[in-house]
Amino acid sequence: MSAETVQASGNIFTRTRGRSSLHPTDLLSYLWLLFGTVVMFGPVIWVLMSSFKTQAALIEFPPQFLPYQQDSVQVKGHDEPLPLYNVTLEDGSVRQLAQVRRVGIEAQMVDPVSPEEIVRVNIRQREPVRSLRLALENYIDPLGRFNFLTYLRNSVTVTVMATLITLLINSMAGFALSKYEFRGRDGIFVLFIATLMIPISVILVPVFLVITSLNLYNNLWGVIIPGAATPTGVFLLRQYMLTIPDELLDSARIDGASEWRLYWQIVLPLARPALAVLAIFSVMWRWNDFLWPLIVLSRSDVFTLQVGLHSFAGELKIQWHYVLAMTVLTLLPITVVFAFLQRFITTGIATTGMK
Amino acid sequence: MTTIDGNLQNEPQGLLARLSAALETGLAALFAGFMNALEILVRPVERRLGMERIGYFFVLPNLLIFGIFVLFPMLLNFYISFTSGTEIYPQDRSFVGVANYEFLFDCENVFEPNSCNEDLFWRGVFNTVFFVVVQVSGMVLVSLLTALVLNGKIPARGFFRSVFFYPVLLSPVVVALIWKWILQRDGVLNSLLIALGGERVQFLVNADWATLWVIVISIWALMGFYTLILLAGLQAIPAELYEAGQIDGTGRWQSFRFITMPLLMPTMFVVLVLSLIRAVQVFDQVYALTGGGPGTTTHFIVQYIFTVGFANVIPRYGLAAAASVLLGATLLVLTLMQLRAARSNESG
Repeated sequence: MSAETVQASGNIFTRTRGRSSLHPTDLLSYLWLLFGTVVMFGPVIWVLMSSFKTQAALIEFPPQFLPYQQDSVQVKGHDEPLPLYNVTLEDGSVRQLAQVRRVGIEAQMVDPVSPEEIVRVNIRQREPVRSLRLALENYIDPLGRFNFLTYLRNSVTVTVMATLITLLINSMAGFALSKYEFRGRDGIFVLFIATLMIPISVILVPVFLVITSLNLYNNLWGVIIPGAATPTGVFLLRQYMLTIPDELLDSARIDGASEWRLYWQIVLPLARPALAVLAIFSVMWRWNDFLWPLIVLSRSDVFTLQVGLHSFAGELKIQWHYVLAMTVLTLLPITVVFAFLQRFITTGIATTGMK
Repeated sequence: MTTIDGNLQNEPQGLLARLSAALETGLAALFAGFMNALEILVRPVERRLGMERIGYFFVLPNLLIFGIFVLFPMLLNFYISFTSGTEIYPQDRSFVGVANYEFLFDCENVFEPNSCNEDLFWRGVFNTVFFVVVQVSGMVLVSLLTALVLNGKIPARGFFRSVFFYPVLLSPVVVALIWKWILQRDGVLNSLLIALGGERVQFLVNADWATLWVIVISIWALMGFYTLILLAGLQAIPAELYEAGQIDGTGRWQSFRFITMPLLMPTMFVVLVLSLIRAVQVFDQVYALTGGGPGTTTHFIVQYIFTVGFANVIPRYGLAAAASVLLGATLLVLTLMQLRAARSNESG
């Protein structure tokens, strides 16, 4: 997918009749890109902005884009800080007053400087005084409140361990299937590939049975191990290792290297690009995995982030200010990885067709 | 895994570079230590097996996990589907023959879920069929359009490719929560709607809207993936063909119709089948978004399996297994169709 071929092939719509400047289809293309950018990024950005709003700002309608917060002021004689308003008085002058209480359509206000005198105004005469402020407490509070750190630790454990195991056993299998002749080799390969299309949802019940008999229910290993033998990974690595010349291995054998050494000191370093692609995918799969952990894990101390987030968002009264912040924290690692490895991921998918 | 090649040649600059270099060296040492330790274990095995059979050793760990957690369960699934009871272990379960299947098919009229004993199953089936038809056609159309645009002469192609791909990386739960927040009663979409003079809509409470949004969101979340595959297919079409067409005076539409479309067909098949197989299994994202509601409007077949087998207080594993055997058979047919199409496409 090099830049040259792209330049050469050009737009299927634009490559006719010389270089006429701007065809209507070009305009449509740009519109589509603009629309796509808004639709694809918009929701995530909206959630990001919302996650910095206070509870009060979140229920505002119509919602603001930026996280504004109403200013409040400490007034003598009141324990809690009072919300500040700009009040338009009868004579047309505007004063900044603090609201003591609201009765129906009437608000009782005081001047923060002289809190003795109560001013009664219609609620339509006042405008809240607001300033930009990030409600970081949305992010800080949940850390202590609902095991967020436990979920995070579990998710990291699952992602890291599963990826390491996947890389190890898939590369071993890929090595065996590409570099050795043994009876049943092709049968094993076909077996792996045939199950590429078998989704976990089809074998939910029996895998659950196996998990419980192996005592892996409510155990992180019950999430890590079953998905480690990915057919995609075996396929990808085998195909890549086929391109490594056998002569390289033979000459190392003459030097007395063991087969295991051939595997990890020659083949693995040479297969690094394919291993990198698989590693990225494994991290993505495992970090985002939901259905399987949902079935294997039922105790909240072993929940992964996805299950924890789902169960928290499913509570009777959804606490959006926390849920949004947790959502942002959950999508953040994947977004950062993507920002750095974007080229790797997109070309990896285009060439292997896996997700 | 930096072991033998030339990463050490680069002169480290600055603290960060030095740190990452140190980290790499450390990891490489750790990796080498681990592999060397394993070698002590592997050597006797190697000697026993000899060159003809050492392959078995390398393939064994993967095969073992695969056998225990994929192959064996597949066979077991058949057996469980012929048993009944609330016990999980097969030896405690009573063999009931095809009773579970009979129960699922116990209908006066299969096309009328209300007449079925297990109406939830059939609702799931029909919801899934509707979802698959609409979502897959939408998905193919939108991805094809986007791939065509991205294949054109546009600035910042890499950036736009990433834009469309980004949601693919998000987890089902995150996608569901993002959209739940946007679509809620006092959400941004309703405020836009009202600002444009419309009326407030309860997007996830109204059955028609919920169905529509479930489809739109699943296209939103996955179209980037199929766009990439189609883009790769488009870029594999030799430029000379278009040049030749240009010389013959082919118009835009003609070159699309007679060059691009036929040559893109194999890729289109791949996309069609991959998206079909995925759409049939629709569950997690929707489950996190609507929980199958309102009512049973977005209750799909996998959710039926999940509910009957796991979410209900009294699990009915036999029934869930029977339903998943039927689902598996459907997926198998789809896969075979793809293989067939791919083959006839190659030969034709």
